[in-house]
Amino acid sequence: MPFIPHTEPDVAAMLASIGAPDIDALFDEIPAALRAGKLTQVPAGMNEMQVTRLMSERASLDTPLLNFIGAGAYEHHIPAAVWQIATRGEFYSAYTPYQAEASQGTLQVLYEYQTMMASLTGMDVSNASLYDGASGLAEAILMAVRTHKTSRRVLLPATVSPIYRSVVQSVVKLQDIELIDVPFDAATGTIALDALQRHAGSDIAALVIPQPNFFGALENVDALTDWAHAQNALAIALVNPLTLALLKAPGNWGGKGADIAVGDGQPLGAPLSSGGPYFGFMCCKQALVRQMPGRIIGRTVDLEGKVGFTLTLQAREQHIRRAKATSNICSNQGLVVTAATIHMALLGVDGLRRVAAASHANTQALSALASGVHGVKRLFNAPHFHEVVLQLAKPVHEVLKKMQGQGVLGGYDLSAHYPQLGNALLVCATETKTAEDLQRYVDALRHALS
Amino acid sequence: MSIPSNLKYTASHEWVKAEADGSISIGITQHAQELLGDMVFVESPAVGRKLTAGEECAVVESVKAAADVYAPVAGTVIEVNGELDAAPEKINEDPYGAWMFKIRPDNTADMDALMDAAAYQAHVDSEAH
Amino acid sequence: MLIFEHSRPGRCNTAQAPDHAATTSGIPAALLRQDTPLLPEASEMDVVRHYTRLSQQNFSIDTNFYPLGSCTMKYNPRACNSLALLPNFLARHPLAPESTGQGFLACLYDLQEILKDVTGMAGVSLTPMAGAQGEFAGIAMIRAYHDARNDSARREIIVPDAAHGTNPATAVMCGYTVKEIPTDANGDVDLDALRAAVGPQTAGLMLTNPSTLGVFEQQIQHIQKIVHDAGGLLYYDGANLNAILGKVKPGDMGFDVIHMNLHKTFSTPHGGGGPGAGAVGVAKRLLPFMPIPVAGKEGDVYRWLTEKDLPQSIGRLSAWMGNAGVLLRAYVYARMLGAEGMHRVADFATLNANYLMAELQKAGYTVAFPKRRASHEFIVSAKELKDATGVSAMDIAKRLLDKGFHAPTTYFPMLVAECLLIEPTETESKETMDAFVAAMKEIRAEAFADAAMVKGAPYTQPVRRLDDVKAARELDLAWKP
Repeated sequence: MPFIPHTEPDVAAMLASIGAPDIDALFDEIPAALRAGKLTQVPAGMNEMQVTRLMSERASLDTPLLNFIGAGAYEHHIPAAVWQIATRGEFYSAYTPYQAEASQGTLQVLYEYQTMMASLTGMDVSNASLYDGASGLAEAILMAVRTHKTSRRVLLPATVSPIYRSVVQSVVKLQDIELIDVPFDAATGTIALDALQRHAGSDIAALVIPQPNFFGALENVDALTDWAHAQNALAIALVNPLTLALLKAPGNWGGKGADIAVGDGQPLGAPLSSGGPYFGFMCCKQALVRQMPGRIIGRTVDLEGKVGFTLTLQAREQHIRRAKATSNICSNQGLVVTAATIHMALLGVDGLRRVAAASHANTQALSALASGVHGVKRLFNAPHFHEVVLQLAKPVHEVLKKMQGQGVLGGYDLSAHYPQLGNALLVCATETKTAEDLQRYVDALRHALS
Repeated sequence: MSIPSNLKYTASHEWVKAEADGSISIGITQHAQELLGDMVFVESPAVGRKLTAGEECAVVESVKAAADVYAPVAGTVIEVNGELDAAPEKINEDPYGAWMFKIRPDNTADMDALMDAAAYQAHVDSEAH
Repeated sequence: MLIFEHSRPGRCNTAQAPDHAATTSGIPAALLRQDTPLLPEASEMDVVRHYTRLSQQNFSIDTNFYPLGSCTMKYNPRACNSLALLPNFLARHPLAPESTGQGFLACLYDLQEILKDVTGMAGVSLTPMAGAQGEFAGIAMIRAYHDARNDSARREIIVPDAAHGTNPATAVMCGYTVKEIPTDANGDVDLDALRAAVGPQTAGLMLTNPSTLGVFEQQIQHIQKIVHDAGGLLYYDGANLNAILGKVKPGDMGFDVIHMNLHKTFSTPHGGGGPGAGAVGVAKRLLPFMPIPVAGKEGDVYRWLTEKDLPQSIGRLSAWMGNAGVLLRAYVYARMLGAEGMHRVADFATLNANYLMAELQKAGYTVAFPKRRASHEFIVSAKELKDATGVSAMDIAKRLLDKGFHAPTTYFPMLVAECLLIEPTETESKETMDAFVAAMKEIRAEAFADAAMVKGAPYTQPVRRLDDVKAARELDLAWKP
């Protein structure tokens, strides 16, 4: 029996100890009418060799193409050590570290992670992770509304990923929170300050500031943060953590710094993997820590004075506070956070900077090359990071289909979410791309447009 | 530990002390602090906040539990005990000395509806079963 | 020692990062970082040693019996991991065209079909990323259902007092108020209290069955009738699905919506806290409201069902497809079990729990519901032992660590004093459970002989008992040089 160790004599001895005639008798409290019939849609069991064959065949259908899609999930090199260590059984098959003395490994990893994330974002504290960047942004908005106390209105600019905005809507709409759109400037592709100014003086709980924004463009984060604070609103930074190796940390935005920093940790060691598991990170100022959802690890001492780590501030959480908890979150993304911690430790500051800089340089080079193709121009003129929007002379979906025929995933079609941009394509080239890859992209693009 | 006879009590384990200036100070009882264990945080109401009787207005938090504190009578918050921010353990050490906040009651007669020490003792005993 | 303390200025791992100078051309200085983030500068070998050593400071299923009640810490087959990590699965971008992900989509589609069958539900969506998010999806669907019928006066979710804390917290996140109802002396829902609680304000009831008290809710047919007659819907918290897998289908019990913790019942790893996967199943009337995306199939081609296909959906809960890699692990596990393996899970999980309960009773421990069958878990109350010796449930838990066993769940559910919730799972052998009983016997003897020693446990772990009051009062959440 797969994964069940019992021998026949074991079963007999156990039933004798219980005083039951057979296993079925152990279910005698369940009304007979409820006992299930045969399963009709579950195939017969497979052994490991058979299931390996099946999964290998399935995987062979998914041969990857040369990828230039970013849009919130980024292809980066992951050092071999990262997942080899993260999938050690001691990390992989441990539970949430409720028994601190027997979980010091996981707890110390999480404390180191919190330290790294707080430092990267320039904030005081970090939690031990949320599910992903999109649901993390929803939690940040709920947290801002709890903190603000009087307003339930949040400015969610159109330069935030439309996918994230959709998730935020699903999560916060049930609590009567009003999400207000702020349009972007057609020339720069960044938040339109005049449109934002129209909300000055109205009661706003928070402004979400994406950096880089969904178009890869860099927002004027200092001015936006100061504007939010002038409105007595919280500034929520939505950031790609990798870019923080080079870009100004949210804690240093404007005069007082952002209040909450949130985003997806995927660029820090999580493979693309069709979308998950990734992890959401959340950092905040010290004063807000009791409003922060999710688990938090603290450093303390044991009864002999030796340093150790433990879950702390648990009274905010659902298992204690129940209906009054900061969130219903229980499981987080611990294993992916373990990988991210090892990833950041291996790369260090220098390594992360190189990855970020190489990604930026590759996207700049790609943008320059592509702009030389007839029927292609760069759409926005704001500085950008490792993503850029191209405007094409033909419908994007047609172009992408032809590029796919050349073995190239050409980018993300913006026309569904941003019809006003016409044939707009969002393109990303991370450090994983070589000069030859970029040339292959441009050749495929030229071919598709010809 | 005996229940001070100069205080009034609520069923939700707050104690209430009538101050000379007509205000009342509020804390949690010895029994309540014992149930909660070592205090780690106190969240007080804002000064100036108007409270209705029975309204949740403060939170006391220990490592393994958190409990709401309810306004014993209607009134306005006039002062909070800032000492508890840095030293919440004072609630454990001296529950009847560690007042959390003071309110000016809308109607002093509302105090009459609260329990005296004997009634509170009986209430605690009944909850033990 | 922290990784930061291994750091030496200038040490870096050039093999892992691109050979590229940190240029930032085109970015204004005002947007650039001036300070240096606190990341370690350590060699690859230092990093590997540091985290390998940390891993060795954990208890885990792979190293220890882990009878943590309500968490289903069963063996996580290694094949599930290695097959989810096949390079083509890892390399696929979530926005890559469906035509480049037919293998992945086929696995998800098949998993949906399997879960529909074992739960008796009409539809399954795999997108929720954890049990709590599955609960959110479920209650949001209940709300969407009532709203779609212009029945929006239903503002209340009923939750038994034995429920997981996620239940009331979820109801509040969905904009509902919570009404708690008590449990009777047998561990079942108090039916009179339920009858008194339902009404035109009732949106639904959240129920775990078998309950967190480790017993099957025998009156489930009455409960479902009371709730449905009042116009409410019935939510099944699948935390304890392992106890009835292939034996009883939640759909047959009358549940309208359910979540499954695939990281429990379908043996995907807990990973020190996650990632989980909280797939939801729905009855026919809730099909239009399922969270998206859902894997669909037309002819031989798989595709995502999105807003266009399910315009009444409660929407997206994650940016992409939930914890996709976790779902692949659950799929491999389900295929390895097969139809005949599903009910064996419930059979042997239940056999193990009842055996362990019987043996611990013989060893002198008090069980909470001695007249009931255990489900896949059961409760021991240490109250008598504590009254006699001062040794509490927490002390037993800590002493078990010294004997090489992870502790059961302590102090949950709160209805039972000094409670230890014990779930052995089907993958543990009789020898392991006998060794656990022997350890529990020793602890009982130790409690009478030398209670102070037991109260000082653990002695063999990397640290002794930690000062969690200090941790909460003097918050130290990030290291400072």
